[in-house]
Amino acid sequence: MVVSKADIFKGLQTDLLRLQGLKSVNNCELNNFLGPIASAFPNHSFPLGVIHELISHRQEEVAATSGFVTVLLSMIMGASGTSIWISASRNVFPIALKAFGVDPDRFIFIDLKKEKDVVWAMDEALKCGAVSAVVGEIGEIDFKTSRRLQLGVEHSGVTGFIVRKASRNIGTIASVSRWKISSLPSEKSDRLPGIGFPKWKVELSKIRNGKPGTWDVKWFDGKFFPTHVPIDTLVASDQWHKKKTG
Amino acid sequence: MPKRYVSIWFRYLATDLHSLCQPQLKSIPFVLRSPSHGRMLITSSNAIAESKGVCQGMVLADARAIIPELQVLDDRPDLKEKLLTKLAEWCICFSPIVAIDLPDGLLLDASGCTHLWGGDQNYVNDIGKKLHARGYDAKVVIADTIGVAWGTARFNRKYQVVSTNDHLSILQTLPPEALRLENETVERLHKLGLHKIQQIIKAPRASLRRRFGQDIITKLNRAIGTEIETIVPIMPVEPYQERLPCIEPIATRVGIEIVLEELLKTLCGRLTNEQLGLRTSILKCYRIDGKIEQVDIVTSRPSHNIKHLFQLFELKLQNIDPGLGIELFLLEAPRVEDHLPSQEKMWEGSVGLEDVRLAELLDRLGNKIGTQSIHRYLPDEHYWPERSVKLANSLQEKPIISWRVDEPRPVQLLHTPEPIEVTAPIPDYPPMLFIYKGKEHRIVHADGPERIEQEWWLQQGQHRDYYRVEDEEGNRYWLFRLGHYHDKSYKWFLHGFFA
Repeated sequence: MVVSKADIFKGLQTDLLRLQGLKSVNNCELNNFLGPIASAFPNHSFPLGVIHELISHRQEEVAATSGFVTVLLSMIMGASGTSIWISASRNVFPIALKAFGVDPDRFIFIDLKKEKDVVWAMDEALKCGAVSAVVGEIGEIDFKTSRRLQLGVEHSGVTGFIVRKASRNIGTIASVSRWKISSLPSEKSDRLPGIGFPKWKVELSKIRNGKPGTWDVKWFDGKFFPTHVPIDTLVASDQWHKKKTG
Repeated sequence: MPKRYVSIWFRYLATDLHSLCQPQLKSIPFVLRSPSHGRMLITSSNAIAESKGVCQGMVLADARAIIPELQVLDDRPDLKEKLLTKLAEWCICFSPIVAIDLPDGLLLDASGCTHLWGGDQNYVNDIGKKLHARGYDAKVVIADTIGVAWGTARFNRKYQVVSTNDHLSILQTLPPEALRLENETVERLHKLGLHKIQQIIKAPRASLRRRFGQDIITKLNRAIGTEIETIVPIMPVEPYQERLPCIEPIATRVGIEIVLEELLKTLCGRLTNEQLGLRTSILKCYRIDGKIEQVDIVTSRPSHNIKHLFQLFELKLQNIDPGLGIELFLLEAPRVEDHLPSQEKMWEGSVGLEDVRLAELLDRLGNKIGTQSIHRYLPDEHYWPERSVKLANSLQEKPIISWRVDEPRPVQLLHTPEPIEVTAPIPDYPPMLFIYKGKEHRIVHADGPERIEQEWWLQQGQHRDYYRVEDEEGNRYWLFRLGHYHDKSYKWFLHGFFA
């Protein structure tokens, strides 16, 4: 009797997600490399075809956010997808994107002068099913506009990322999640001199139907690892050696 | 209806064109040359040069001996044909059937056209006058057959109109060259003392055929008119445009949209049949107060997709001010390209740069905000960071070299490096701390230096020594020192942020 009740709950929860516009997409690969973060999402799967919001105050945080978004994009785009990066003040350096596992020539950058145009271009791009994801660097956006963007992606299935810069008092927008990425000091290692692998503090302050949380992760060999795993053990592991020598 | 043909002979076709382009050539002797068998031959000469004895076919060195101040220009082999095609297209205003008569003439079938000008004489005068006004020296003759018109234009100075009554008598006065025979035959005719067609016409046909071949009989018959000669008329390219006049002037957006859709339907129908797609298109609206409103669109690849083109126009319709109303709409496609039908797919799963939907999206964005704001980058073979990427020319362009990952590059790169204050212990060591925008950053970890030299063939200046540094908070920066440490003229800059 108890078992059947649990089944009913589970069924109802899945229905609820579907009704709320969260499609269950089979993205095992994406969740696999997200490592510890994947547990926060509904159904343990990163929501695609929705709007994600990333917030950064300082220039350094913008850089960390760009890196994190690129990592997500590399998995969403797969082998042949394309992404559009819309901005009114872009500093993203295309060459650096390759280090996060994506070909920079599959990005189309749209550099505009006015914020208003950025929102319009993002709206158009999100409605086009031919792209995998759209990143928009927007300073100010109101709830109504964000709702329109969300409605656009519900038809096309494109994943949108709104990167909000230098907003002091941040209003709520119709996004599925809200992230904040900041850099962490890299760990000391006897075997690797100089600065180490990228290490970020990932704060997920809002996620619809999921569990918000904070994780310290490092980006290494195309995957996220919790920071408490020392880098030496990762480097020393068989897998890494096999990859390097083979 | 009796047939009437016009032959136009341009005596100085190529040189007239050069005189039109460079008016100073009008008053000096000049010739066009082209190489032949290791020497320079004159292919055409202008009137002044010809009056001094320099004519076509002469060796250039001989001509220079006659006229030392002779101006010489290079000839282009396809020039005459192109020019004649242009002139033939223009001549369609006189007759619907116009043919090119290489190397220096045009043929018009003027049957039933001359009465519109009030007779043969007026017709011929009008053509001659208009060509003269355009700067060409032309002799125009109208006759019953092409042969007589052609011969009279070139070998008889007197006549412009050959009436049906004079047809045979004028033909008889012409030399055998007027029959458009081969040079060899003409030479042999002259050798035999046959200097006028009069003498040939009287000769028995059988012996003419035996001595000179069938060709002379055919040409003679054609000139007399007993055999029909046909001409191959030029086909002018019909411009890709559609027009829609309105009974009542249109002043509403809905009305304009309906008109636009109708025009696109007919234009795209024609383009689809001819396997073409348009690259640029202009919609012109003629208002009843005489003003013309127009909007134009550009596509990144040839398209005849009505829906897509309509969307592109829709973004710009607000720029049309209908005023009191628009009475005529004109949709033009000045630039069209081949657009082969794509193979039908069973599913629309191809997410990539080749996707038509992506190109259409970029067209929409480009038409609203300008194509110059859409960028796609490819790697370039430069170490200098600002030059290490180049703009791709098209969506389909593939990178020639692979993207470099051996040296880490910052994910955020400043357009211009910003100066910073730095404390650095000894040469070639990374700095200990730096001050950027009034904030002090103590450096904990550092990598470097990576020296990037100036590319002297592109730009002069000092080299850069790049360091990747990390401060106490874990933020990572890309710093560089411009110039050598020891010559005291160095400066420190911040150029980027690592993720």
